[in-house]
Amino acid sequence: MPAIQAPARQPQPFQPQPWRDRRIEVILGNLLRTGVLISAAVVLLGACIYLSRHSHEPADYRVFRGEPSEYRTIPGVIQSVINGRGRGIIQLGLLLLIATPIARVAFSIVGFAIEGDRMYVAFTVIVLAILLYSLLGSGIGV
Amino acid sequence: MTILEFTAVVSIVSFVAGLLGSLTGLGGGVVLVPLLTIFFHVDIRYAIGASLVSVIATSSGAAASYVKEGFSNIRIGMFLEIATTFGALLGAFLATRIPTSALAIIFGAVLLYSAYLSRKPRTEAQRSLPPDPLATRLRMNGSFPDLDGPRSYNVQRVPTGFSLMFGAGALSGMLGIGSGAVKVLAMDQAMRIPFKVSTTTSNFMIGVTAAASAGVYFSRGYVDPGLAMPVMLGVLAGSLLGSRILVKAETKSLRLVFSVVILVLGLQMLYNGFWGKI
Repeated sequence: MPAIQAPARQPQPFQPQPWRDRRIEVILGNLLRTGVLISAAVVLLGACIYLSRHSHEPADYRVFRGEPSEYRTIPGVIQSVINGRGRGIIQLGLLLLIATPIARVAFSIVGFAIEGDRMYVAFTVIVLAILLYSLLGSGIGV
Repeated sequence: MTILEFTAVVSIVSFVAGLLGSLTGLGGGVVLVPLLTIFFHVDIRYAIGASLVSVIATSSGAAASYVKEGFSNIRIGMFLEIATTFGALLGAFLATRIPTSALAIIFGAVLLYSAYLSRKPRTEAQRSLPPDPLATRLRMNGSFPDLDGPRSYNVQRVPTGFSLMFGAGALSGMLGIGSGAVKVLAMDQAMRIPFKVSTTTSNFMIGVTAAASAGVYFSRGYVDPGLAMPVMLGVLAGSLLGSRILVKAETKSLRLVFSVVILVLGLQMLYNGFWGKI
């Protein structure tokens, strides 16, 4: 219907579309999907090992004890994966899952930089800094 | 219950929660923590840790398709993520310090509010609002594919939306949920972003917000592999299936059922919190 002018066709002072480069959009989407699928596969592998060894033990989560250090720090998780522990492999998968959105934010910096949008490069760097501060400041790395 | 039985039952419950959460758009995480604590007698801290991880999985899994459809506004999302991640840090910090009964009471209140919000008739943002100078400066105004061609929108009241998002992030970090209800409130009501854009952008933000508090929970030992595994895999599978059948399903009656479930769980959480049962 050429008689009706859609509002979006009016001249805009700024480019309204989120990403002008479609490739960035597609790569971002695939990055998230791949990250989730890889981490789910790792968790599933760990689950098979864990269940094959412990399936008949009683499950009890009534009392909070907190995880031992082998399941709550990155070096601990890596060590328990090397030792072939099922729960260590599950935790590795969960760490990969946590890393997925962080990788997306890091990649968005590149995306905004390619578009020459300095303001949004700065905003994204702030978000990434908060994420890294939370992760590294939590003591997960030691 | 043996570990095998526990894993099987929690997987099925998480699958159903993920499926219903995705079909109704209310999110699965919000019912998981009360279900785990009330029916499986899981300590609320383990439940929050497992739920938080599943929230990252569903958000990232679903965002892949939303980003491609062109509904979500990545600039609005990134700007508001400054508020939500900062809030999430504060929320996770608070969660490790306040008593679990207080967590249960806050959780109950959020559930009641979500149930109320899900029954409220949705008011679609006004079509042609004048551009707001701050939103224009922040390059937030955009357009999205609507039924009758591309539709442009002008974002309003950025400071109000930003403050509400800080609150949404704090709740997410404190309770291990996506807090989609508060995010939609900020984006629909305050910032007047069209519903399609606000839901997809909010979904895209949830994973990043959850990642900001996940490190704190992980390092404090709240993420138990034996519990997080069935929850994460179940919710992910349920929500992926839900997003495939979303277009065909009649969601109106489903939404009613799910909001009643949320209401009952909210009352139960309040009861347990006030009587010190959690």
